[in-house]
Amino acid sequence: MTIFLAILLGTVFGFILDRVGASNPQKIINMLRLKDFHLMKVLLFAIGFSSLILFILLSLGVVDTEHIKIKSAYTGVLIGGLIFGLGFAVSGYCPGTGVVAAGAGRKDALFFLLGGIVGALLFTFIFEFVESTFLFDKILGGKVTLANTNIEKYPTIFENIPAVVVAGIISVALIVIAFFLPKKSN
Amino acid sequence: MNKKWNWLTGGLLLGLIFLLAAWIVKPIGVSTQFVILNGIVWNLFDADLIENDQEAKHKHTSTNVYLNKSGGKYAKSVENPINYGFLFVLSMFLGSIISNVLLKNKVTKDERIRPKVWTEKFGQSISKRYIFAFIGGFLVLFGARLAGGCTSGHMMSGMMQTSLSGYLFALGVFAIAIPFAILVFKNSQKK
Repeated sequence: MTIFLAILLGTVFGFILDRVGASNPQKIINMLRLKDFHLMKVLLFAIGFSSLILFILLSLGVVDTEHIKIKSAYTGVLIGGLIFGLGFAVSGYCPGTGVVAAGAGRKDALFFLLGGIVGALLFTFIFEFVESTFLFDKILGGKVTLANTNIEKYPTIFENIPAVVVAGIISVALIVIAFFLPKKSN
Repeated sequence: MNKKWNWLTGGLLLGLIFLLAAWIVKPIGVSTQFVILNGIVWNLFDADLIENDQEAKHKHTSTNVYLNKSGGKYAKSVENPINYGFLFVLSMFLGSIISNVLLKNKVTKDERIRPKVWTEKFGQSISKRYIFAFIGGFLVLFGARLAGGCTSGHMMSGMMQTSLSGYLFALGVFAIAIPFAILVFKNSQKK
């Protein structure tokens, strides 16, 4: 069953990423150059919308809390993000869209994926040496969320405000920005 | 279904697939599978890499510290390549191929090598684009592994769950990617 779901959800996800134009490095690079906000609007709306519905479903008890997976915040998240940002800007690809772009027949995406395999391999080798450094020092409390998931191992910043309200405010803000951002700029 | 979508339709459907995946299985993530792929290949040549261990949380241990972390979670996936996360990412290829077969405006031959914005700035050289795409991929996956996730896992799935680490990752990515892209592609035409 999970194998079937992996193939179904993965196929749909790849299809959607391609159709929104995320597999086109032109669109990514021009988003980062603040010239073309199409993908930014897509992303902001997708995050806002999914977050709102997720917390409504959670408050109704429909979603199994076992499926909520909060990643820890540590120094390496920020530093890794910075390194990621350099490669993202030069190539116009991220891991998921690189896979999709290769499927769309883009050859530069194959070189991106190859570089990614080497980068991931290097990290696999050096993890032993970096895991005890400041890079893996927890910050901001570790596995923390803004809206309360009611899961004990995940502390919350806004503990006394209902989760749907917190997630709702963030979601509405993201969706409003998505609507007001122009499609293109000069 | 032969056109690209507008941003609202796209955002709605993209949001739905992230929500649906988290609801019925687990939040979407991609970059871990680059490690799993490496591990699967490595495991073919090194019989000692992964071992069964009933004591470990995920019943596997590895001589590599990274594959061994979290109770052998990655080691388990390496030993069993037919697993959810790995098949999910492989299936993304399939989804993209289906999309492109149905699509009328195919990606042009030139765009298959490099985007227009690249050509306008760095010229026609194919090898130059391939080298920088490789370097870009290297930095992206190294960064993603250091951060513990990528655009899918940290930014989309993370921010969907209002996870602070997701916002932190997004901050890091855009703080560098925006000024760097503006600088690198300066004087390139708008479209």
